[in-house]
Formats: sequence, structure tokens, C-alpha cells
Amino acid sequence: MLFKTLFKSRAEFLSYAALTLLLVVVLPVLLPVFRLNLFGKYLTYGFVGVGLVLLWGRCGILSLGQGVFFGIGGYCMAMFLKLEASDPITTKIQSTPGIPDFMDWNQLTHLPFFWEPFKHFPVALLAVVLVPTALAFCLGWAMFQRRVGGVYFAIITQAIALIISLGIDGNQGYTGGRNGITDLRTLLGWDIRSTSAQYILYFACVFFLLLCGLAAKYIINTRMGRVLVAIRDREDRVRFSGYDVALCRTFVFALAALISGVGGAFFVLQVGFMSPSLIGIVPSIEMVIFTAVGGRLSVVGAILGSLIVNLGKTTFSEAIPELWLFLMGGTFIAVVMFFPNGVAGLMEPGGWLSTKLEPFKAMLFGRSGPGSGAGNEVVEVVKNTSVSIAQTTEVTK
Amino acid sequence: MNLHELWSIFVMQGFAGISLFSVLLLMGLGLALIFGQMGVINMAHGEFMALGAYTTYFCSTLVQDHAPRLLPFYFPLAIVLAFVLSAALGAFVEWAMIRHLYKRPLDTLLASWGLSLIMQQTYRSIFGAREVTPTLPEWLMGSFKPTDAIDIPINGVFVLALALAVTGGLVIFMFRTPFGLRLRATVQNRAMSNAVGINTKLVDRLAFSIGCGIAGIAGAAFTTIGSTGPDSGSRYIVDAFLVVVFGGAANLLGSVASAFGIAQAQSILEFFLDGTKGKVATLLFIVVILMFRPQGLFPSKVRSS
Repeated sequence: MLFKTLFKSRAEFLSYAALTLLLVVVLPVLLPVFRLNLFGKYLTYGFVGVGLVLLWGRCGILSLGQGVFFGIGGYCMAMFLKLEASDPITTKIQSTPGIPDFMDWNQLTHLPFFWEPFKHFPVALLAVVLVPTALAFCLGWAMFQRRVGGVYFAIITQAIALIISLGIDGNQGYTGGRNGITDLRTLLGWDIRSTSAQYILYFACVFFLLLCGLAAKYIINTRMGRVLVAIRDREDRVRFSGYDVALCRTFVFALAALISGVGGAFFVLQVGFMSPSLIGIVPSIEMVIFTAVGGRLSVVGAILGSLIVNLGKTTFSEAIPELWLFLMGGTFIAVVMFFPNGVAGLMEPGGWLSTKLEPFKAMLFGRSGPGSGAGNEVVEVVKNTSVSIAQTTEVTK
Repeated sequence: MNLHELWSIFVMQGFAGISLFSVLLLMGLGLALIFGQMGVINMAHGEFMALGAYTTYFCSTLVQDHAPRLLPFYFPLAIVLAFVLSAALGAFVEWAMIRHLYKRPLDTLLASWGLSLIMQQTYRSIFGAREVTPTLPEWLMGSFKPTDAIDIPINGVFVLALALAVTGGLVIFMFRTPFGLRLRATVQNRAMSNAVGINTKLVDRLAFSIGCGIAGIAGAAFTTIGSTGPDSGSRYIVDAFLVVVFGGAANLLGSVASAFGIAQAQSILEFFLDGTKGKVATLLFIVVILMFRPQGLFPSKVRSS
């Protein structure tokens, strides 16, 4: 029953299975631990992407401030790790031992009150989930109830991203300022920088990402999902049918924030620091870019999008940095103008790619479609994914 | 501290606010046309300002290398050139990109963000990553000194005058010319304007290109205050949008009022708190007000379709 709800069609199931296979088996087998750790970092943006699929793709709300929730989740985790890293013995050379180093540099003599709860791991974990959700709920409720939407919502959330990043930047003593919270080494005494820890954290990240993806698919494929799409396409009709549009929007905004917050926490665990430059205007828009490139309607697409764009970013900015922004800007314009449903939309049956490839397929394989002996596992996985990803978009059509 | 000094601080602080007002106004004006009137979100607006600034820089190096004697006179010409170049690029961008996206306002936002990345990288490739400052003519340097303690920089006065001139020009253009009439008609009711024979597509292109041209003028003016880098456009963009939204998007004079309010609030807060905190407090204030009054301070009375 649940299975039927999660995957509307066989193709939809196959695409998710292929993604799982790629993340759980193929990448860890093929990549050295350093690269795997990088992919783990990219996947944390996939969390934001999954949230944006619900929020933007399904419900039509474009938030340019998702980095804020990603960042708050990350900061909650980073604050706990920082307090653990600054025990009185390690920090005994400071004038006030036992507080984080940047506080000591800024002449603080005791821990600010809002840091106190983060001494406890369960509290920090709860905060990772609850603080972004609560903030999104308050912001969303205030705005959606007054029917702030569309463009205005985008601009206001962007301003909020600027406020939060400037605010963190400007209060060095309390937040670590521009450098952020750095030098995070252990989680409950467990060295998070060791090879085994990086593997474990990668798998934990993948596990939670796939879980969030399933939750998003569950919402998309139940009645809630249809209400969201209806709100996107014909808001007033939904309102006249007796649905509370503001509440639905607030719910999906808060949910997207929650998922992004979890992503932020995993970012901190895998990368080892958090700073305001990761959550301001530019990163927040980049998160929208990942989602748009991957496919704003498709959960699998959004996750792949965050992998593809970030991989491209790392590869190109290492090799030919001058061209990277041209490429990214160009890709983005092209995606928005010609392929609004992103990679996933291209690959769906009847989409651009499949119509272009049809004659070649017929020529190469006859009518029977691609043969089985493709040899390379990755190619196979990508093919599987590509054929079926966009089934998720069927509902909306 | 005696009364005299207090008065000087008051005057100079007031002028700092007015100076910021002219900057915000120049930033917001082009956007008030593009976003307020046409509903297009041009995230590359800041990059069009940077284009104006780089044009000025280019002119100044050219003049300095080849005709140093013309140095006192090139600046007005540079402003005109900045307008023309930005407007031309704006018209091209409208033709190539924006006109296909009028029905999808959120997507214009994303596509123009892509454009802004490309423009930034172009500046970086041509002019280098470090910030540049044009050689300013002598008459823009220095300051008025009405009394010993009061010190009013001339470049601030210049930017203020330019901002007021551009605003005046835009108001006349919008409300006193046939084209302005057509633009306002198109904004109010596109179908009907088409029916009475207004070429709305041409109106769109001209409006977008004039908005970009004003951004170019703004950029040229900002070279007198600060230096220009490849990414300086992105520093302006949030402020510019907030000015327009806060004023009530479709209302041109609302943008002027909101630029004034925001500028005064920010300069006063920056006087009492330090720079970043003042900025944060101002932004927070605007956002909270917008949450309670999403239509902005002076909403236009046009019925939405």
C-alpha cells in the first residue's frame, strides 16, 4: 500500500532504485574517500533541492532564502561540535578557558546564553530540526496569510538571507563572524575526520537524503501533493473550494526548511566548518540553480542536479576557472528558457532527449530498445535513471 | 561639546543620509521602471550598473592616455556613453531573453541571474578581478566648507544632483510624453492597449532598455563615490529591489519616498550602531514592514487583472 503511494509507476520506482544504487554502491566503490567526502558535501545540497521540489516545483513558491535554513541547521550542529572542541583542557591557553576560541579573541568572558543549550547533544539535534522549521513557520505564516506570494516572496526571502548572513558576519564574538565556526574535530569523542568516519557520515547522509526523498514523494503522491499543485496552478480556485491555502503553503515552506536544516547539519559533519558565506544570497540562489538544472518537479532530478552542478563547479573551477561562470550562467539561462523541467524533464518519455534519440535508438537496437550488455555500471545506472526519472512529473500533466 | 559642534554633526549626518538617498534612488529608478512597471525581475540590474561604471573607467583611461587635457570634460560624456551602452545591451537582452519569459516572472528572475553571472565573468576577464577607480576630474574632488566644522563632499552633491535630474527626467518622460502614455497604458491593460494600436512589444523593449540605461547612469555616478569590481553589482541588487518593493512597486514616486526613508533610517542607525548592525537593523525593519504591508508604502490604485 505504502509502496503504491510512494511509487506511482514501475519507472518511478526504478529511477529511485537506480539513484539509491548510484549513491550507495557505485560511488563508494568507484571513488577514493576524499572524492566520496566531496560527493557527500554535494549531496547535502540535495536536501535543499528536495525541499525546493516540494516548495517551488510543486507549490510554485520560489524562496531565495533556502540557504538560511541550511545554514541554521548547520550552525546548530556546528555550535555543539565547537563547544565539544573547546573543552577547558584544550583551550587552557585562552584567557577564559572553556569557551570557543573566537569568543576569547573577542574578549568575551563567558558563554552567551543562547550557546548554553548546545552543550547537550540531544538538544542540538532537536535544534537542527526545530529551529529552521519554527523560523520558516513564523515567516511563512506571516507572509502567506497576507497573500504575499510570487515575486514579492522571492525578494523578501532574499532580503532575509542577506540579513542573516550580515548578522552572523557582524557579530564575531557570538557567531564566529566571517570566518564562521571552524576547527570542528569530534562528535561525542568520535573523530569525524578519520577515513572510517567519513565513510560512515557519507552513508548516514545518503540514508537521510533518500529518506527525505521518500517523504517528499509520499507527499507529492498523496492528496496533499495534488492540493499543492492546484495551489501553484489556480490558487483562487483552491481557496474557493475551502482549502486553507496559507496553511498549506506554510506547511510546505516549513517542511522544506526542516529538510534543508538536516542537510546543513550533514554539511557541517562532513566538511568540518560553517560560515556565513555558505548561506548568503549567492549560495541560496545557487541552491535554486541545482534544483532547476536537475528538474524542479522531480525528487530524483533535484538530487542529481545538486550532484551534477557541484561536480561541474569543482571540476571546471579547478581546470578552467575563467569559463566556469560563463558555463554556469549559460546553462542556467538555457535551462530556464528551453528546458524548464531540467535534466529530468529532458529525459522523460516524450521529452526533448527521448524524441531526439528515437531515430538513433531505432537504428541501433531495432525497436527493442537498448541492449543489456552495456558493461559500465555507471552508464547503466544513468540510463535507467534517465529513462524513468521524469515519471514523477506525470501527475502534474 | 557645544551647540555649534552639535549642529555641524547634525548637518553632516543629514547630508550623509541625503547622499545615501541619492545612491538608493539612482539604483531604484531603473528597477522601478523594469520591475515596477513591467513586472520583470532583472537580477542582472546590478551588472548593468557595473557596465556603466566600467564604461566610465574605460573612458577615463582612454582620455588619460591619449588626451590628458580633456580630463576635466570627459565625465558628462562618459555618463551619456554609459546610458547608451547599457540601454543597447538592455534592448538586446530583452530581445534575446526577457521577451520569451514575460508570462513566467519567477523564471525571468532565474534567467537574469544566469545573465548576471555571465556579465560578472566578462568584466573579470576584461578588466581583471581587482577593483578599479577612474581618474576623476578635479572639479569633482574636494568639499564645500560653509563653516570650519562642516564638510560637504562635492561628489556627494554631484550624485544628488544627478539623481534628482534623472528622477525629474523619468517623471517627465512617464507623464508628459506620448511614449510614457503608451507605457502606462500597456501596464494598466495590455490587451486594450494592443487593441487601440499601441505596439506593446516595442513599448516593452524600450522600457526595459531605458531602465537598463538608467542603471548605467547610476553606475557611472557611483564611480565618484567608490571603486568598481566585477561583483560590485551584486552588492546593490538587494537594496535596489527593497527600495522599489518598499515604495509600492508600481508607483514611481513611492520609490523616491522609500529611498529617502530607507536612506535616512540607515544613516541614522549607522551613526548610533556600527555599520553592519545599522544595515542589518534597517533591512530587518523593511522586511518586517513588508510582511505586514506587502503592497508597500504607496500602493498604486490600479486594479489587478
